[in-house]
Amino acid sequence: MTTPKNIGPEHHAVDEFSGTRTTGHEWDGIRELDTPLPRWWLYIFYACIAVAVVYWVLMPAWPMLNSYTPGTLGFSDRRNVAAEIQTLQAARKPSFERLNTATYDQIVADPQLAEFARAAGESTFGDNCRTCHGAGGAGAPGYPNLADDVWIWGGTLTDIEHTLRVGVRSTHADTRLSVMPAYGRDQLLSAREIGDVAEYVLTLSAARDRAKPDAAAAARGAAVFQQQCVACHGATGAGDRAFGAPSLTDDVWLYGGSREEVRKQIELGRGGVMPTWEARFDPAMIRALSVYVYGLGGGEPTPVAAPAAAPAPAAATTP
Amino acid sequence: MSNKTTLIDRRDADHGSLEIDAEAVNSKAARELYKKRTPIYPKISGGPFRTLKWGAMIVLLAIYYLTPLIRWDRGAGAPDQAVLVDFEGRRFYFFFIELWPQEVYFITGLLIMASVGIFLSSALFGRVWCGYACPQTVWTDLYIHVERWIEGDRNARIRLDKAPMSVDKARKKVTKHVLWILIAALTGGAWVFYFGDAPTLMRNIFTGQASAPVYLFIGILTFTTYALAGTMREQVCTYLCPWPRIQAAMTDRHALSVTYKVARGEPRAAHKKDASWEGRGDCIDCRQCVAVCPQGIDIRDGDQLECINCALCIDACDAVMEKVGRPKGLIAYDSYENVDRAKSGEKPVYRFARPRTILYAVVLVAVSAVMVYALLNRTMLSLDAMRDRSPPYVRLSDGSIRNGYMVRVINKEQRERTLELRVDGLPDAKITAMALPATTDGGLVVTARADNVTSMRIYVVSKAATERSNAIRFTLTEPTTGKTSERAAIFMAGDPR
Repeated sequence: MTTPKNIGPEHHAVDEFSGTRTTGHEWDGIRELDTPLPRWWLYIFYACIAVAVVYWVLMPAWPMLNSYTPGTLGFSDRRNVAAEIQTLQAARKPSFERLNTATYDQIVADPQLAEFARAAGESTFGDNCRTCHGAGGAGAPGYPNLADDVWIWGGTLTDIEHTLRVGVRSTHADTRLSVMPAYGRDQLLSAREIGDVAEYVLTLSAARDRAKPDAAAAARGAAVFQQQCVACHGATGAGDRAFGAPSLTDDVWLYGGSREEVRKQIELGRGGVMPTWEARFDPAMIRALSVYVYGLGGGEPTPVAAPAAAPAPAAATTP
Repeated sequence: MSNKTTLIDRRDADHGSLEIDAEAVNSKAARELYKKRTPIYPKISGGPFRTLKWGAMIVLLAIYYLTPLIRWDRGAGAPDQAVLVDFEGRRFYFFFIELWPQEVYFITGLLIMASVGIFLSSALFGRVWCGYACPQTVWTDLYIHVERWIEGDRNARIRLDKAPMSVDKARKKVTKHVLWILIAALTGGAWVFYFGDAPTLMRNIFTGQASAPVYLFIGILTFTTYALAGTMREQVCTYLCPWPRIQAAMTDRHALSVTYKVARGEPRAAHKKDASWEGRGDCIDCRQCVAVCPQGIDIRDGDQLECINCALCIDACDAVMEKVGRPKGLIAYDSYENVDRAKSGEKPVYRFARPRTILYAVVLVAVSAVMVYALLNRTMLSLDAMRDRSPPYVRLSDGSIRNGYMVRVINKEQRERTLELRVDGLPDAKITAMALPATTDGGLVVTARADNVTSMRIYVVSKAATERSNAIRFTLTEPTTGKTSERAAIFMAGDPR
């Protein structure tokens, strides 16, 4: 095969019909028109190339072996984000400082500060607390509902803040701590006695209409209850927040309110762990979290005076 | 690819003046692909349509440049600019009307009215929008006048472009482009005034304190104005604008448009003074209609996509007809129907009430009526209630059920309003909130901020709710005026299925 001598665009055949030069390629007699690009398109194309070259010089562009060409403008997204975060933190600093110094009464009375605390608390709650307590503090079996009016350790702002700081059965030295004996597993009570106590607990509770406890068994269980349970849960089953003993009189149950669940709890004496957050968050954020949790719906007013006479509202959760 | 405008010295028999033969550079015969634009040198014309275009240009430019400067008192805390698109505050102000983003359908209605209005005007009078009111036409017209002012009329401009570069030519060209860019910058400068307080913005623009987007948009509009009105001109109408294509569907045989009366004009021929008019048409082929055309076409070729119906050829032709002593109106607003009728010697008919125009008019009136009704009856107070999704409901220690809601009170008035929020639908429903005072009858006192949305968390507690899902209703009342707003909601008392 010999190389054709007449190559190059100037030698390409001109299509007779359109008067346009062809590309010089030929496939079985079919030739391709070399129609010129629209001028506006071509100029924009050239402009884009020019912009790209300028971009390479000004902005980070080419990857190198260990780094990249940084560009003469010194642009860095990472640095920009860091600067933005810093700006945001600086802007929020006064509000966090006020959260630290203001009393809870002052925080609640100041709509702007309360909203700031609630919003800060909400995002922190979402990242840290939601895993167990659920979105909106809905709770789950074993994890208390934070939106109801039932509190094991108290639902005032200061109570909530304290629980957040020290945790429950946590590694903190002053942790909130309550231990219910595992009456079944540790063979403190016989299976029949546990069944009887469960019937009695259901009799005490607001679930009695629903659960229809056996009266005879409940009567037997009452005697066991008087020996084993009153120390913490009280004679009427109202519970005691001082020991973190939940009330057994309502129909709100941490581990479930069915007969089987109540019996199981007496057998195993389960108790969850809430970590101490003191080391993770600064005090202002803990107070913001308190305000958020308080505002989920169940927050209790701070007792005004004479704490001895303060009535303990029917509160505290069950086993 | 050569410049098709040719210089032909021709002694006009009647007037003895040097004329430059005008060629319709954009006529169908001259059309070819990949053709470089042939410059058009429209000659100034005089007459009623030129006057009308002057008037339209002055009025429209005045509206564009002056509207942002009009002040309108809306009380403290609200902008006092009559027409303002406030992106930051998410409001649109138009004199006594203030629209919120969720009322954007008013803009939709306005656009429908605008398009139906254009349909109607096209069906009646052809492309009047294109010819007199389109910004492309108005600004191009303005730019051509500047060009004429600096470089002279048609013949002078052609000669200038043909002439070799000289100091005088460079001076004229530079002056023209500087003026064009200045007008373009003013156009862009006025545009941004619609999006911010004009006096403040003006001060900031000149002191260099306006934001980057302001300068960017002035820059963009300066560029587009200069490019579209200065250098692209009729190409925008022919190649960029979709309207000439839509136009075809909007007109019919009875629509008036700028028309050359073939039956009267043909056969065309040059005419010597005092020669007979017998056996020939009125058109003396002087090409004045071509010389004044900003679109570079010959109206005598019939209706063309390029024609914007500016009617300048009517003025030009009428002036010539007057001079040669023939009746005016060889080129005039007329319909296809009448052009054909004239060919067969029938009388012209003018039918403005046709099914098409009646339909357009009815739609226009209907849309306008709906708009006015909606505007007069728009709610100035409304509320939204979004129930908490998690937890769906909360069982309290006393056995009652509580649902949480995010209630949003939308107050469109320019004053703070004290309102009462109540709930009904459940016999024992109690409404509570963390920090809202209660009314004597168990409602809540809500303070709605002026021209704003006020959000609050509301709890509803009920022991009587037995269904999994119960219909309830929030009612917002303004005790001083008795105005109310309601919102249906759901109260959950059982696990969602």
